[in-house]
Amino acid sequence: MAGKTKPKNGMNGKTNGINHCYQNGQNLQNTPLKDTFIETFEETPLSTAILTYLGYAVLVVIGHIRDFLRSLGIEKIKSCTEPKLQGYVSLYQSWESFYTRNLYRRIRDCWNRPICSVAGAEMDMLERVSPDNGWNFELTGKKQHVLNFGSYNYLGFAENKGPCADAVEKSTMKYGVGCCGSRQELGYLEIHKQLDELVAKFLGVEAAATFPMGFATNSMNMPSIVGKGCLILSDELNHSSLVLGSRLSGASIKTFRHNDMEDLENKLKNAVVFGQPRTHRPWKKILIVVEGVYSMEGSIVRLPEVVALKKKYKAYVYLDEAHSVGAMGPHGRGIVDYFGIDPKDIDIMMGTFTKSFGAAGGYIGRALINHLKLQSHGSIYSCTMAPPVTQQIISSMSIIMGADGTNEGQKRVQQLKWNTRYFRRRLHDMGFIIYGNKDSPVIPLLIFMPSKIAALGRECLKRGLGIVVVGFPATPIIESRARFCLSAAHNKEMLDKALGIINEVGDMLSLKYSRTIPPSFSEKDVELLL
Amino acid sequence: MATNNSFLPKSSDMYELIESFLQAPTYHLIFEALLIIWIFKLIFFSTEYRPESVLTEKEKAELIEEWQPDPLVPDVDENHPLLQAMEKNIISGKPDKYVMINNKSSLNMATLNFLGMAGNAEVEAAAIKTLKKYGVGSCGPRGFYGTMDVHLELEEKFAKFMYCEEAALYSYGFATIASAIPAYSKRGDVIFVDEGVCFSIQKGLVASRSRIKWFKHNDMEDLERLLLIQQDEDKKNPKKAKVTRRFVVVEGLYFNHGDICPLPKIVELKWKYKLRLFMEESFSLGVLGANGRGVTEHYNISVDEVDLIAASLENSIGSTGGFCCGRKYVIDHQRLSGLGYCFSASLPPMLATAAIEALNIMQNDSSILQRLRENCRKMYDGLSMISGVEVMGDPLAPIKHVRLAEISDNRELDMQTLQRIADHAMENGIAIVLARYLEKEEHKLPPPSIRISICFMIGIKVKQSERPRTTNIVYRHLYDITIDRNDKSERVNWNKCLFP
Repeated sequence: MAGKTKPKNGMNGKTNGINHCYQNGQNLQNTPLKDTFIETFEETPLSTAILTYLGYAVLVVIGHIRDFLRSLGIEKIKSCTEPKLQGYVSLYQSWESFYTRNLYRRIRDCWNRPICSVAGAEMDMLERVSPDNGWNFELTGKKQHVLNFGSYNYLGFAENKGPCADAVEKSTMKYGVGCCGSRQELGYLEIHKQLDELVAKFLGVEAAATFPMGFATNSMNMPSIVGKGCLILSDELNHSSLVLGSRLSGASIKTFRHNDMEDLENKLKNAVVFGQPRTHRPWKKILIVVEGVYSMEGSIVRLPEVVALKKKYKAYVYLDEAHSVGAMGPHGRGIVDYFGIDPKDIDIMMGTFTKSFGAAGGYIGRALINHLKLQSHGSIYSCTMAPPVTQQIISSMSIIMGADGTNEGQKRVQQLKWNTRYFRRRLHDMGFIIYGNKDSPVIPLLIFMPSKIAALGRECLKRGLGIVVVGFPATPIIESRARFCLSAAHNKEMLDKALGIINEVGDMLSLKYSRTIPPSFSEKDVELLL
Repeated sequence: MATNNSFLPKSSDMYELIESFLQAPTYHLIFEALLIIWIFKLIFFSTEYRPESVLTEKEKAELIEEWQPDPLVPDVDENHPLLQAMEKNIISGKPDKYVMINNKSSLNMATLNFLGMAGNAEVEAAAIKTLKKYGVGSCGPRGFYGTMDVHLELEEKFAKFMYCEEAALYSYGFATIASAIPAYSKRGDVIFVDEGVCFSIQKGLVASRSRIKWFKHNDMEDLERLLLIQQDEDKKNPKKAKVTRRFVVVEGLYFNHGDICPLPKIVELKWKYKLRLFMEESFSLGVLGANGRGVTEHYNISVDEVDLIAASLENSIGSTGGFCCGRKYVIDHQRLSGLGYCFSASLPPMLATAAIEALNIMQNDSSILQRLRENCRKMYDGLSMISGVEVMGDPLAPIKHVRLAEISDNRELDMQTLQRIADHAMENGIAIVLARYLEKEEHKLPPPSIRISICFMIGIKVKQSERPRTTNIVYRHLYDITIDRNDKSERVNWNKCLFP
């Protein structure tokens, strides 16, 4: 597309622009990815990049001037600050608080917006006002009904009525709200066992164990799998919980460029050939850690290639399906299902219940479960999952599997797929720079400039659309973006309304940066079920 | 010619050189020749001077072929006693005052449900009411539409209850203190920690990558000794001292020991040596103090003396999650820097309202706390009368670690002895468990113990009349504690537990 023979998964501004990546096994002959694997990462236009840096420069200069005025006492500090205590070292690093005080504070209203309804396709937001430019907020008591394109409600199971809610109510009466005990210390209820077995069946693996918090599923279990003398090869954009888990494990960590299989292969090869640094002993084991769908990029891991590499170099794969389980694949069973890979080829399957299942917590699946039951921090030192949450997962998972005797689950899976393609297609056509895979329900729209982050968030909200905007440090400094999370609960009218708003605000803020031909895909080959 | 070139000796010198060369003994010449060869060898053939050996692709392929990684995890026997126990002890119904294990109702002295909130009908009703409005999941982290009005309400309630300016809510108890510590303490900072702290604190310490100084459990002299060493170091290197933050991390009521931290002394040291004090109150919240505010109330110390208090909502409160509270300038920082706060989905709203309701119940009826305290004392008295075992910790603690009075060198054996006691207790209708640890990962592994947790609802009566009988065998008779209510199933004969 961009006239290069060997397309790389070009992250912004580093390599080629738009690319129809990896058509029929250009890099690895043994595992051709389907030519339907379309992922785009358009390069940042140079002028935009310069203006963005300039924007930050202005903010920093003004921030310093205002800090100077504050130190003279001319400008008042309207938030509480750390009192000066004789002999104490200040609790925060100065740069950190500088960023919060002078940059983040100006646009703070775009985050932590409180809501007072179910986080479904639409939600009620509590109106906030800030009398002092973001230092403090007050609730006005008014509500605003907005479209929700920010919550991770992929299959629309964030519901307050219906079969799931009814089952949860019954379970709450039967099992109560809390367990007050760990898995090894009489906190393991029969409903937990039921869930563990259902998850294993859903994933098509030998066994599974569940934990009450998704983040902690990663950070508490990785240390029981790898340790000193092991190597973790981690995608550079992995979620913070994986990074923390890797660190806590005590293993050596190397990162490879996002979704770059060549880089991964090089690092794997070197690791096996040269062993540990200095001692040159061979690594005990090598663990490749990847995510199914990357929530900030909207990209999908090139799993068939990862599996091929893993087999070639005898490494193990840890796959985090936080955003993909339920949301991807013809049966909603995640990225493994999407690529049609045998789940037995993945050594550790991890995922969360927060997103597609409308609950909370996480799971780990595969044969290593008995070991985890004995050795995981989570099975000894912390409480088991709350029974109502457990029930919500059981009910929603059964629906996705079609075990309730309807095609409701399949309908939702197809609807989400259709919605994703439809929405992405239209955004591309409008001329926005959109990142990611055509089938990823997380859709990042590039904003670049810091002032536009707030402008887009506020203008959309004014028109009744709740979206997520993110900037530095969650993204590279120039790649601020908005993120839409699609849901099977959105219908076509909602999508059209949202698109209308985005189009209008996009024109107003000149966000239509794209200068390449949009990739070719459409929603037409997705069949909606009735 | 030689005159122009100062590098060469003059011709006369040259002549002498050749002369002496010819006259030199043969062995000398051989020696010099060897030296020259050796230098050549050093330069061209020595491994040290050789450029790094390059492996050919074939060699690499062979290495890759040869390498055999360790198995992902060690093989676990299906019949591992712990696995078996987990399979066997699956609970049906609520883990309330009684717990159904294998269709047999036992008195629950294992789960940490001190105030009976897990299983409380009002708490359940509140949760169900929220379910009908909000559904179950919040479907997002706090930053991205995962903040619901009930979360704000819960934070406000807890802040008010603890007399703090601000509280931050986490969605998981374990992650609360484990995220809070690394949010403040960074590489290069120093943390003074009690050796007896629980596992989640230990993980927080590892995540912070700070320098950790362990002091002996509840030993203030040892803490002061370490602080003096630190003070000396700071004097030697004032530049470094200027950027080194110093923290002290303690537990209010130690989960692994059941004793209370000497807070007044710690606060004194905190001000003297300019430390910031973090206290984990998961087991003292809702237990200590007249109104259940924890250790600060217990010692009648202002909560402002402690920089950060963290507590889990999974014990007394009987829900899920945890919170950190303290001054606003301290707590607000976590909303951007607490990993477990920022990057995790928020607490399901129905669990938040369950916690709110539990807090209301606790505040409205302080007799619950009174009864819990009485129970704890009675239990302590009763257990201390048993010879052969030792009860650890404070009389007021709702968790009692019962250890063998004579600890052998073989941990495994002691565990088995205790497990037998627990098994027999279970057969006799009392559910108790051994305290479990990851033995290889704990900083300092506590001796094996049975952990008895006490709920305020249990009736305990200690028979004062009988004297403990002692025998000479390794473990002696356990004295009867009769748990007395109308119900017969609650009567437990501990003797029977040991000698079936």
